[in-house]
Amino acid sequence: MTTKLFGQRVPRVEDPRLVSGQGRYLDDLGHDALAVAFVRSPHAHARITDIDVTAALDVDGLVAIYTYDDLDGRMAEPLPLLIPHPTLTQGRTPYPLANGEVNHVGEAIAMVVATDRYVAEDAAGLIEVSYDFLPPVVGVEAAREAVDLVHEDVPGNVAATYMQETGDAAATIAAAALRARLQLSIERSASMPMEGKGVHARWDDDDKSLLVNTSTQTSTSVRQAIAAKLSLPVDRVEVVTPDVGGGFGVKIMHPWPEEVLVPWAAIRLGAPVKWVEDRREHFISSAHERGQLHEVEFGYDEDGVLLGLSVEFWHDHGAYTPYGLIVPIITSTQLLGPYKPRAYRVEFHSLYTNTVIVTPYRGAGRPQGCFVMERVMDYIARDLDLDRAVVRERNFIQPDEMPYDHGLIFQDGRPLIYDSGDFPASMAMLKSLVGWDEFVAQRDAARREGRRVGIGLACYVEGTGVGPYEGGHVRVETDGTVVVSTGLTTQGQGHQTMLAQIVGDELGVPVDRVRVTTGDTRRFKYAVGTFASRTAVMSGSAVALTARKVRAKALRIAADALEASVDDLEIVDGRVQVKGSPSAQIDLSTVAVLSNPLRYAFDDAARRATQFAGRADPTKPPVDPGDEPGLEGTDYYSPTQSTFANGMHAVIVETDPETAEIKILRYCVVHDCGTVINPMIVEGQVHGGVAQGVGGALYERMEYDASGQLVNASFMDFLMPYASEVPSIEIDHLQTPSPLNPLGVKGAGEAGVIPGSAAIASAIEDAEGFPITAMPISPSELFALRAEHPAPSRRAP
Amino acid sequence: MTETPHDITLTLNGTPRRLSVPARRLLSDAIRHDARLTGTHVGCEHGVCGACTVLVDGQPMRSCLMFAVSADGAEITTTEGCTTATGGLGPVQQAFRDCHALQCGFCTPGFITTITAFLETNPDPTEDEAREAIGGNLCRCTGYQNIVAAVLRAAQIQREQSQLQGEQGQPA
Repeated sequence: MTTKLFGQRVPRVEDPRLVSGQGRYLDDLGHDALAVAFVRSPHAHARITDIDVTAALDVDGLVAIYTYDDLDGRMAEPLPLLIPHPTLTQGRTPYPLANGEVNHVGEAIAMVVATDRYVAEDAAGLIEVSYDFLPPVVGVEAAREAVDLVHEDVPGNVAATYMQETGDAAATIAAAALRARLQLSIERSASMPMEGKGVHARWDDDDKSLLVNTSTQTSTSVRQAIAAKLSLPVDRVEVVTPDVGGGFGVKIMHPWPEEVLVPWAAIRLGAPVKWVEDRREHFISSAHERGQLHEVEFGYDEDGVLLGLSVEFWHDHGAYTPYGLIVPIITSTQLLGPYKPRAYRVEFHSLYTNTVIVTPYRGAGRPQGCFVMERVMDYIARDLDLDRAVVRERNFIQPDEMPYDHGLIFQDGRPLIYDSGDFPASMAMLKSLVGWDEFVAQRDAARREGRRVGIGLACYVEGTGVGPYEGGHVRVETDGTVVVSTGLTTQGQGHQTMLAQIVGDELGVPVDRVRVTTGDTRRFKYAVGTFASRTAVMSGSAVALTARKVRAKALRIAADALEASVDDLEIVDGRVQVKGSPSAQIDLSTVAVLSNPLRYAFDDAARRATQFAGRADPTKPPVDPGDEPGLEGTDYYSPTQSTFANGMHAVIVETDPETAEIKILRYCVVHDCGTVINPMIVEGQVHGGVAQGVGGALYERMEYDASGQLVNASFMDFLMPYASEVPSIEIDHLQTPSPLNPLGVKGAGEAGVIPGSAAIASAIEDAEGFPITAMPISPSELFALRAEHPAPSRRAP
Repeated sequence: MTETPHDITLTLNGTPRRLSVPARRLLSDAIRHDARLTGTHVGCEHGVCGACTVLVDGQPMRSCLMFAVSADGAEITTTEGCTTATGGLGPVQQAFRDCHALQCGFCTPGFITTITAFLETNPDPTEDEAREAIGGNLCRCTGYQNIVAAVLRAAQIQREQSQLQGEQGQPA
């Protein structure tokens, strides 16, 4: 038998290329292309009164300068609002280049094309833009007060207000024995991939076709958007995603202004054009996420059972709403986690500010929701002097309640129904892994030594594998190579390896015979994109279904060639053979040859399929009705709903009594993403997610001043964790298979990041003895909180 | 505003290369766009992330903080040069694959050069020393745990190789 690949720690097929410098990222392409630099607004809110390019025109090597007035056709219209929603009544999107007004620092005003990037930046620096200043609106509070407006035609700075309710939350809370209110906030952070965005476009004037490379999480949708904006037939546009140096959500947003401007300029200039974002540009013109303020009211009983929960929150979406309401909708629904309050009401207001737009960053609204719900659980435990794990256990949805319908609508427009999960089992594993029950003694011993240590935990449920669909194409070449393509894109998750494992198992071939392509519209035209931890679920299922079709065809052809019954055949190591009689066999490569009836023997292998080779039944056509030449197939996977992964994190922290420095001593993860295709890759995803969770909890924030300047727009000032800040992570897996897809898998990409702030806040609270209601938290902020909570009011050590 | 080109010679991964560059051209751009060795990546252009780290006369340097003209005459090693003599994966590169120490791979070349230089001075590091050695490089994908493991694994591979060479009577 071929060794089963599914579930194995198969080393990544991507790696030899990437470690030896043979990757092809965006800026590794098009060395001779014309280079682009942008003039971006240095002001958060202003009217543009004049753009003077005179001084720039003398720069040697300048090719073109474009402003809004140069844009023609649909390029002069605002960029698309990607995900409309009935309540998004005041959606606004930017123009590719500012049309008379700028609404955040970093908004593109002029595009400079030159012979190289240095020259383009020289020219950009000589363009003088004059402004009439408008008052900037910065932060949730200023947006909510609405003394000043971001868009003068949007009253109250409110783009949308959306409410969902199941049961009667107000009445349930009022009737509860115990009630409380909390105000909880999370600040802005950002995906911050190591490679920023970039676009390279080539126009073939003879063929009237456009080839675009862009560092994106969705090549198929960028293709459609470019064709629409540039009024080109879609079949004249192809988008090929090169290696992508990380995405984490920011590259699912599209089309970025540059993704339509660079191709537009390439066509106008008849030359290849390339733009590569620099780090400051990424900070001030690519998307952020997470900034929300939540007011929470809840009622519970003496056993710690959450009865009624009402949450109102204000979401800062920045200057425009191209990605709709996805982030706050996810917060509002995924906030519930593994719990089942009897009544739940949630209402959010999505607010304009004069800051960079907000679109999903890994976790996408879930870290905020998890923070809110887990703070509620910790509050109840503290109030009733109950063990925090026990309170959670008393509120869990039980395994026999699956599938569990929350009575809400999820981010995909479909009912929020959990398909599977065993939360009590996950909690038991976590308590065992971290030594929950033993910790009190350790904490007390540490306190006797004058040390402050605390433990925290947090639970989450993550809807993964969001639709509508993905597809796969599988072909066995006549040399036995299996080529696979799927339309969504890859940013480092090891999709080539993971998909090769699935196809290798289905077709009985080793991983090194499978070649996987993602994100190339020349190879696969119908796809959605990579977001919402969906690739293993969606494309994994699609290529599995496709490979099964190809396998069935291979067996049918082989049965004919071997004069055997299909039911008696198996595929082992790339050979179709009769079970129990392996001498009767035929290579998959030969089956591929035979699948394509030929007139011409273009190589030796092809001779077997030619018309005088003596195999054909002269009474039948060479290709049967309903059949197709070639050993290949295409299929799609489109589920009725998302599949819900879950996990629980526990963290032990120590806070310095003098400096308030916060150190993570241990970080434990129990993770349930259904059946695991490659544990090594899944653990790597969890590690990376936890690192971003730690960053979001303790270090990272977008520091806007009152005038709308992002004052920490560099890696020197925006504190992403180095190796010294990320603890070793201990992981245990529970596998409750999803009943929704052929592989039983659930998504794993975002999981690690979701409960970071919630778990770390819980641990700091345990160490310090006073509530933590805002994250991230710095040593200075903790120090200030200590001053507000003098020792006598703290829980006795 | 025509820029004066300067002729420089670099030994890039053992091969002498003559380049003609303006005085302001960054070493990272010269390596990537003039010499067309694109394994060296640029993540921040302000010397913080470490993705562009190359070895200049054996020392790890941020090539985005050096002008190409200031590297005239230097021997430079990039990740493309961290392979074995026969072009296979070098010890650090192999360790990165063994330990799943990379995901998107964008920061990886800077880690590989940094660790290659580190193991020259400390061929048998502890886990703490391994973590310290990579403390100046940013990675957004891996959470560093597997990179720390890869430092230790690379040291092990190097020791096994030099032991093998010793047994075969070849110079280590």
